[in-house]
Amino acid sequence: MADTGEGKKEEADYKRLHSFPLIRHTDMPEEMRVETMELCVTACEKYATNNESAAKMIKEMMDKKFGSSWHVVIGEGFGFEITHEVKNLLYMFFGGSLAVCVWKCS
Amino acid sequence: MPGKAGDRHRQGQSGPSGGKAVPPRPAKAVSKKRDEDVSTEAGEGVDEWILSKTLVKPPDQLELTEAELKEEFTRILTANNPHAPQNIVRYSFKERAYKPINYVDQMAIHFSLNGNMIPKDSDEGRRQSSRLSIAAEKAPVETSAVTSEEAEIKDEENTGDIQATEKEEAEELGTAEVAEAAEAEEPPPPRVKEQKLANQFNFIERASRTLNNPMQERACQSEPTPCKNFSATANQWKIYDAYVEELQKMERSKEKEKSRVQVAKSEEVKKNGRKSTSLESQSDDITKISKAAKIMERMVNQNTFDDITQDFKYFEDASDEYRDQQGTLLPLWKFQCDKTKRLAVTAICWNPKYKDLFAAGCGSYDFTKQGQGMLLLYTMKNPSFPEYVFSSESGIMCLDFHSDHPYLLAVGFYDGNVAIYSLKKATSQPSYKSSAKSGKHTEPVWQVKWQKDDVDNNLNFFSVSSDGRIVSWTLVKNELVHTDVIKLSVEGTTMQGPEELQLQTFGSGTSFDFHKKIDYLFLVGTEEGKIYKCSKCYSSQFLDVFEAHHMAVDSVSWNPYHLKVFISCSSDWTVKIWDHTIKTPMFVYDLNSAVGDVAWSPYSSTVFAAVTIDGKAHVFDLSINKYEALCTQLVVAKKKNKTTHIQFNPVYPIVIVGDERGHVISLKLSPNLRRIPKEKKGQEVKKGPEVEIAKLEKLLNLVREPESKAGK
Repeated sequence: MADTGEGKKEEADYKRLHSFPLIRHTDMPEEMRVETMELCVTACEKYATNNESAAKMIKEMMDKKFGSSWHVVIGEGFGFEITHEVKNLLYMFFGGSLAVCVWKCS
Repeated sequence: MPGKAGDRHRQGQSGPSGGKAVPPRPAKAVSKKRDEDVSTEAGEGVDEWILSKTLVKPPDQLELTEAELKEEFTRILTANNPHAPQNIVRYSFKERAYKPINYVDQMAIHFSLNGNMIPKDSDEGRRQSSRLSIAAEKAPVETSAVTSEEAEIKDEENTGDIQATEKEEAEELGTAEVAEAAEAEEPPPPRVKEQKLANQFNFIERASRTLNNPMQERACQSEPTPCKNFSATANQWKIYDAYVEELQKMERSKEKEKSRVQVAKSEEVKKNGRKSTSLESQSDDITKISKAAKIMERMVNQNTFDDITQDFKYFEDASDEYRDQQGTLLPLWKFQCDKTKRLAVTAICWNPKYKDLFAAGCGSYDFTKQGQGMLLLYTMKNPSFPEYVFSSESGIMCLDFHSDHPYLLAVGFYDGNVAIYSLKKATSQPSYKSSAKSGKHTEPVWQVKWQKDDVDNNLNFFSVSSDGRIVSWTLVKNELVHTDVIKLSVEGTTMQGPEELQLQTFGSGTSFDFHKKIDYLFLVGTEEGKIYKCSKCYSSQFLDVFEAHHMAVDSVSWNPYHLKVFISCSSDWTVKIWDHTIKTPMFVYDLNSAVGDVAWSPYSSTVFAAVTIDGKAHVFDLSINKYEALCTQLVVAKKKNKTTHIQFNPVYPIVIVGDERGHVISLKLSPNLRRIPKEKKGQEVKKGPEVEIAKLEKLLNLVREPESKAGK
């Protein structure tokens, strides 16, 4: 019981601790990167339950800001192989369990 | 039946319409008679025809009795067309019945031909008649116009321009048209109807086509944006691992920061130290680079001037064999610096230790154009830029390297000062300099020469100047101390001044040279043309005076081998070689131009070189040719440039010549100029100073003996 209690605590802890946005791979320029990251965080927090809407929001915002056409994948478990335009890729973790991949390819 | 009637009609000429047997025959006979009647002129030939009368029956001849044959039939000829139908019935759509037509056209047209004639009163007829009348009226006008044109054409033909006549014709037509138009305009009021109607018979077609620009295809494709592939897997454990790692990193960095904060204070103290060390490291870097850069610079220069370097090292002018005794000076590098463009090279001196290093002093000989001076040290390894550059306020007039301390340069200035430059120090200022207090000359210093260290091991050099003083400067405890050695008083010019003072006018020393072996002995050349033989010991009296030249003595120089011989050159165009025991010169050479400088060669006692103001360098070898130069060569390109000084390199067969533009030109002596005289067979070729001395002695004896005889 104590162990599970502690386990839960740890879980909650690590979720709390690990909820900061962690960029895994990107080749965007600095400004773009920061902006995109913030956008992703906002979207994911807003649509915490619905990945599709979050992705939709991110994609539309990116299209508006940086031109068409962007692709966004949000999920907890997926593998991918994509072709992206150079300097237009962001792959980050967020919220302890979410992975977000944003890239541009027209 | 009607056909037959028609036939009979046609054959009606035959008359009786009986059986056809008879009519053909009589027809024939008649026709023949006719023919006879017609052709009575034929005459006899016809008779022959008539003879052969036989009754010929055609096969389809009707068989008729004679009674029938004689029967007469009467026919009535009417104007009716036998071929025309007599009862024509036409369907009338109006009455929906067949109706006979009463009138049948009886006209049979045998032949029709469309004619050209049109009735006068018709439209076309009237038009044509009007045109004809216009033409008729125009004709006289035209003829007159034509005649006038023809007159013009005749005039034009004189020029013979075909195009003009064509133009004239075109103009003629134009005028004709104009005339026609004019004519046409005249009768328009009465003939309004005659205006041309563009109807279907008089349709004029006009068509034109615009020029369509040719089409060109252009295609362009933008470069596709660069794309890259990227793949990854996103699952929970990866995310977890990533976060854990990140947290660890952050903790480590936090720890570092803490430690940094603690050390920050001590670091601030060290910062200054760090800065200084960084500066030092920077300067160290520069110095390291500078050495490499220097080597690079030299390499680049060597590559750039590769051919010159090769010439310097290896080239021996092969044509010298064919040139008898003449030699040439091969120009090698030209040393120049931008800063010295306006300055003349006033002194050049080779460094005793580094055989490729020489110093060039720059100043101005012009009294009115006195500016700053420059001291440049060049090395033959880097012709593009001097190794050392020193600038001074006053023009440099002379310089000399110390034989034992090759980094020390004694320099004499135009303003009378002397200075010592040390190459070891990085500053561009002289290490030691004289001043007005310390007894500088009042006139330009024309020559300085280092002497052996004096008794106290102090550096010592002499200077000669136009103010008539020869001063010995000693470097005592970092200061230049001067000692007047001699004052060049001109003989016979002591005057009685006020208060019974004896004023002495001094001559102006322009050059001097110390004897190589005899330490105290030296020669001074003056502006008056005299050469004084002096001793350091005697300060007021000269050992000897030579009436050397008519003008200022520019340079005196002892022979490096022979102890008694010296050479002098002057602006009076001559170079003279003397034996100091004899008052008259041994050899005199007139070089056709003021001689700026003369120098003995270090390798031979009989070779010397002189430069004249017209830019030529003369090289003499007494052992080969006593009277003429082996080589007279224009060294400086432009005529306005004067060569000022010449110096032999102690080791290499090179001379350097300075000119008025601040350039120093190096020249290589061709083999003929460096020749060691051939010894007789069997004898060894001796080398060394003794040989040189002996060589010169021989020459001098040739010259001397008659003179000594004459003298005695």
